[in-house]
Amino acid sequence: MQQFFQALFSGLADGSIYASLALALVLIYKATEVINFAQGEMAMFTTYIAYALLTHPHFGHTFSYWPAFFLTLVIAFVFGVGLQRVVIKPLERASVLTVVMATIALLVILNGLAAWIWSPELKFFPSPFPTSTWVIGGVHISKQDTGTFGVTIACVVVLWLFFRFTKLGLAMRAGAVNPVAARLLGVRTSWLLALGWGFAAVLGAVSGMMSAPTNFLSPSMMQAVLIFAFAGAILGGLESPVGAVAGGLGLGVLLSMLGTYVHPVTPELRLPVALLILLVVLLIRPAGLFGRVVVRRV
Amino acid sequence: MAPLLELKDVSARYGQVAALHGVSLTVEEGEIVALLGANGAGKTTTLRAVSGTVRRAGDVVFAGKRLGRSGPEVTARAGIAHVPEGRGIFAELTVWDNLRMGAYMRRGRPDFRMVLDYFPWLEARRNQQAGTLSGGEQQMLALARAFLQRPRLLMLDEPSLGLAPLVTREVFRVVGDLNQKEGLAVLVVEQNAAIALNTAGRAYVLETGNVAISGTSDALKSDDAVRSAYLGY
Repeated sequence: MQQFFQALFSGLADGSIYASLALALVLIYKATEVINFAQGEMAMFTTYIAYALLTHPHFGHTFSYWPAFFLTLVIAFVFGVGLQRVVIKPLERASVLTVVMATIALLVILNGLAAWIWSPELKFFPSPFPTSTWVIGGVHISKQDTGTFGVTIACVVVLWLFFRFTKLGLAMRAGAVNPVAARLLGVRTSWLLALGWGFAAVLGAVSGMMSAPTNFLSPSMMQAVLIFAFAGAILGGLESPVGAVAGGLGLGVLLSMLGTYVHPVTPELRLPVALLILLVVLLIRPAGLFGRVVVRRV
Repeated sequence: MAPLLELKDVSARYGQVAALHGVSLTVEEGEIVALLGANGAGKTTTLRAVSGTVRRAGDVVFAGKRLGRSGPEVTARAGIAHVPEGRGIFAELTVWDNLRMGAYMRRGRPDFRMVLDYFPWLEARRNQQAGTLSGGEQQMLALARAFLQRPRLLMLDEPSLGLAPLVTREVFRVVGDLNQKEGLAVLVVEQNAAIALNTAGRAYVLETGNVAISGTSDALKSDDAVRSAYLGY
């Protein structure tokens, strides 16, 4: 039983990292039907920015963790909006495939750029949480895992509140459902898409900064995470933000359970298992667990 | 006085296919104007050329100002509400969220009461997903949403499409009401010439992208060519 809860908690922590990146993918997919393959590298790049804020003196001092964390979120937001304006906006009338290719180009460019600026070797990235554990009823609960889960889920909840309760959030949902109708109501959809990229970049930055303390900082640190996020998003349904979060969390827990109870599933097998799940979902239920096939009344 | 909306020699094309060849028409403040014609005559394209959902050439002057070639969001902000073909409902959003979107451009809390005066049933359906409403209800919701934009001109594209005759009559009754009580100018595209001419004061008949006939509804109703081609008696 103790083993079960430990696997559950560490799975939820990993899963929350997948979930926030999966949500970033879904945000962009829902608005434009484009899979942003650069999402992981954007996250990696902003994590390096956090690293730079933490380790190099700027204006005479280095930042402590939380100021650097929040400043990175702001920079990530501007970065995401900027990428949409400079790279994606000019492709407004291009096919989805063209835009997807552009995001793949972006992936390669960001990866190379990070290696060039910060060198490709692994770096240690600090965690704001202590490495100690709480012991409750014999179960060791890692403060690191709890903190990771708390921070990522808090970001997801803030974003949900934004979409649910603000006028701008409503307009973004409406623009995703029917862009032309939204524009006819005065919505500047093009800027809302940029805003979506900004939010996606912020979610990515959170997942990057939360995953770096355990996985180390390197230009390829988010490549596996992106695949887990992708599998999570497919599992939940690419059209469903709730599904993406549930899918990411579910995948994290599932992999952790398999690692604990099914002995051949070593860490090396995590990626193949995730891809297998992705494949099975696509074959059996392409719309995902939370997605639904869109039916419209004419 | 200058008309509220004036199209001067407006043309538009979809790729290689020209859909409008120099249409000129006017809508005065507070009047209902119908745009009639067969399928493919360019009725829908005329509305789309005004709102900027299709690229156009020629001038569109609204409330004394030339509308630039910028997109539909700018036209909407100038005071034109366009209920497009197929109604443009946000099917996955609730009825109430659809209404909130109508008031998107307005500052402060939108006044839903004035809409509920015309569409009282919306209150009870507020949390229903808009895509699950019947066709007539969706058309009414689109009207209510457009009204919340507080436009000076309402452009309706085939409000009767797919609706039962009784429902169509109800839709046009509400349009007439909005026009009379709120002074809202309306430009309506309609296949059903009989009901359109009963509601509108004036009408234009389009044929293959040109204005073929225009005049008051009464004059058109007694015009032999219009009667045989569009009214069927």
